[in-house]
Amino acid sequence: MVMILGKPLPLLFGQLLLGLINGSFYAMLSMGLAIIFGLLRIINFAHGAMFMVGAFVTWALFTYLHIDYWGALICAPVIVGLFGVALERTVIRRIYKLDILYGLLLTFGLAQILQGLATNYFGVSGVSYEAPHGLGGVVNLGFMYLPIYRGFVVFAALVICGATWALIECTRLGALLRAATENPALVQAFGVNVPRLLALTFGGGVALAALAGVLAAPLYSVNPGMGSDLIDTVFAVVVIGGMGSIGGAILTGFALGIIEGFTDVFYPPGSAVVVFVVMAIVLLARPAGLFGKTA
Amino acid sequence: MFGFSRAQVIAFAVLVLAVIAAPFLLYPIVAMQVMCYGLFAMGTNLLMGSVGLLSLGQAAYFGLGGYVAGYLVQSLGMTPEIGIVAGGLAGAALGAVFGWLAIRRQDIYFAMITLALAQIVYFGAVQLTGFTGGENGIQGIPRSALFGLISLKNDRVIYWLVAVVFLAGVLFVHRVVHSPFGQVVKAVRDNEPRMTSLGYQPASYKRVIFILAALLAGVAGGLKATVMGIETLSDVGAATSGLVVLMVLLGGIGTIFGPIVGALVVVAMQYYLAPFGAWVIVIQGAIFVVCVLVFRRGIVGELAYRLKSPL
Repeated sequence: MVMILGKPLPLLFGQLLLGLINGSFYAMLSMGLAIIFGLLRIINFAHGAMFMVGAFVTWALFTYLHIDYWGALICAPVIVGLFGVALERTVIRRIYKLDILYGLLLTFGLAQILQGLATNYFGVSGVSYEAPHGLGGVVNLGFMYLPIYRGFVVFAALVICGATWALIECTRLGALLRAATENPALVQAFGVNVPRLLALTFGGGVALAALAGVLAAPLYSVNPGMGSDLIDTVFAVVVIGGMGSIGGAILTGFALGIIEGFTDVFYPPGSAVVVFVVMAIVLLARPAGLFGKTA
Repeated sequence: MFGFSRAQVIAFAVLVLAVIAAPFLLYPIVAMQVMCYGLFAMGTNLLMGSVGLLSLGQAAYFGLGGYVAGYLVQSLGMTPEIGIVAGGLAGAALGAVFGWLAIRRQDIYFAMITLALAQIVYFGAVQLTGFTGGENGIQGIPRSALFGLISLKNDRVIYWLVAVVFLAGVLFVHRVVHSPFGQVVKAVRDNEPRMTSLGYQPASYKRVIFILAALLAGVAGGLKATVMGIETLSDVGAATSGLVVLMVLLGGIGTIFGPIVGALVVVAMQYYLAPFGAWVIVIQGAIFVVCVLVFRRGIVGELAYRLKSPL
C-alpha cells in the first residue's frame, strides 16, 4: 500500500474528501454571511438556523408533500428565502439605524427561537433523510472508494459558489448590489429601490444557507443543533477570510475544510479546534483577515 | 457616598436588604445562583456597557473558573476560598491572552473572535477528561470548610459567603466604573480616535476591562461550582455565553444594577419554565428580539431613564 508521511493513501484521500465536504458548507455559509453583511451591515447570527431550517424543510417536503430531493433543491431555498424577505421587512429593517451590535443580538435571538421551535417539534436527535435515488452507493475510483452523494455535494457546492460569484461580479444585478454596498444613498438617488434590494439580499443570503441545508440533509442527521454547531466555525472562517470579497470567502472556506480534514489524520484531537487556532494565528499576522481591506 | 448617586445608595440598600431577606423567601440555592450569575453578568456588562464591546465567549472564563475551583477542591483537597480565588485568577489569565488577541478587531469581528476563542476552551474541556471529567463534568465537589474552619455544608452558611463575595463584586464594579480609569474607558467607547489623539492608548484600556470581566466571570464560575458541587460542559458552552449577554441586555446595558436584575429574571425564568423544555429557549430568543426592537434600555435602564438618575 502506498504511504505518504506514514499514512495510507486511501485514508488521506478519504480525509481530503471529508475536508472538501466540510469546506463546501463553510464556503456556502460564509459566502451568504459576507453578501448579507456587505449590504445590510448585519452579521446574521441566524444563518446557521436558516441552514437547519433548510434541512428540515427538505425533510418536511418529502414527508408531507412527497416532493423529492430534486424538488427540494429548488423549493426549500425559495421557501426559506421568502421567509427571510418577510423577516427583513418586518423585523430586521427596524434596526439599520442602530449600533451594529444590535443586529448580532437580534439575529442571535431569532436563531434561538428557530432552534427552540425545531427542538420542540422534532426533539434533540431530529430526523433522518435518505440520499436521493441515483446518488446512493459507492464508486471505485481505483485509489479510493467515493460515496457518490459526497462527490455530488462537493460538485454542487462548487457550482453554487461559482454561480453566486458570477451573479455578483458579472451581472447587472450584481453590479447594483456592489454599488449599493459602496454607497447606498447615491444608488438610491439614481432611482434604484434600495430597501427592496436589501430585502432581496437578505432573502438571497438565507436562501443560500437553506440550499446548503438541503445538501446537508442526506449527509448528516437533520437535527435542531446542526446549524449552531456549524455557525461558530463559519464565524471563524469569516474572521480569517475577512468579509471584503466573495471569492475570498469561498477560497477560505474550502481551504479550512481541507486543513481540518488533514488535521484529523495527523492529530485527531486537534481537528475540532484547528480552525480557531488558524484564526488566532491570522489575527496575529494580519489582523484584517487574509482578504480584508481595513482593520 | 462611595461615588454613589442618591438613587444608587437607595438601590444598593434595597439590594442589601434583598440579599438578607432572600434565603427566607426563596430556596437559598436559587438565590445563590442569581448572585453567581449576577456577578458574571456584571463582568460582562463592564465590557458591553463601559467599552461597548460585545463578547459572545464569556462562558469560557466562567467555565474555566468553575473547573479550576472544582479540580482544586475535589482532586487536590484545597479549601473553597483557594478554589474560588484560583478560579478567578485562571479566568483573568485566560482573559489576558484572549483579550490580547480579540482587541485587535472591532465591533462584530470582536464578537465573532470571542465566540471562536471560547470554542477552543469548550473543545478543550471536552477532551481534557483528566481535568474536566469530559462529558461527565466534575461531580460531587465537596463543600470543604472555609479557611479550614467554617463548615459550608449547610446552605444557609454558604449563602453568606456567596452574599459577601457578590456585594463586594457590586462595589468593586461600581468603583471601577466611577474611577478616573473608568472615565477614560467611557471616553474610549464614545470617541476612540479623539482619545488616541489625546495620547491615551485605547487598546490597553480595553484589555484591562476585558481581564476584569474575565476575572469576575472566573470568580462567579468558581463560586457557582462550589455552591452546586458540580461543574459541567454546559457552563463553558456557547449557550451560557448567550445567556449572560441576555441578562445584561434585559437588565440594562451600562447600568450598575441592571445585570443583577437581568440575572434574577433569567434564573427565575429557567427555574419556573423548566417543565416546558425547549420553550425556555424560544422565550429567551423572543426576549432578545423584543429587547433589541423596543426595550433597548432594559429594565433598570428604563427605570433610571424615568428617574433621570443613573442606577
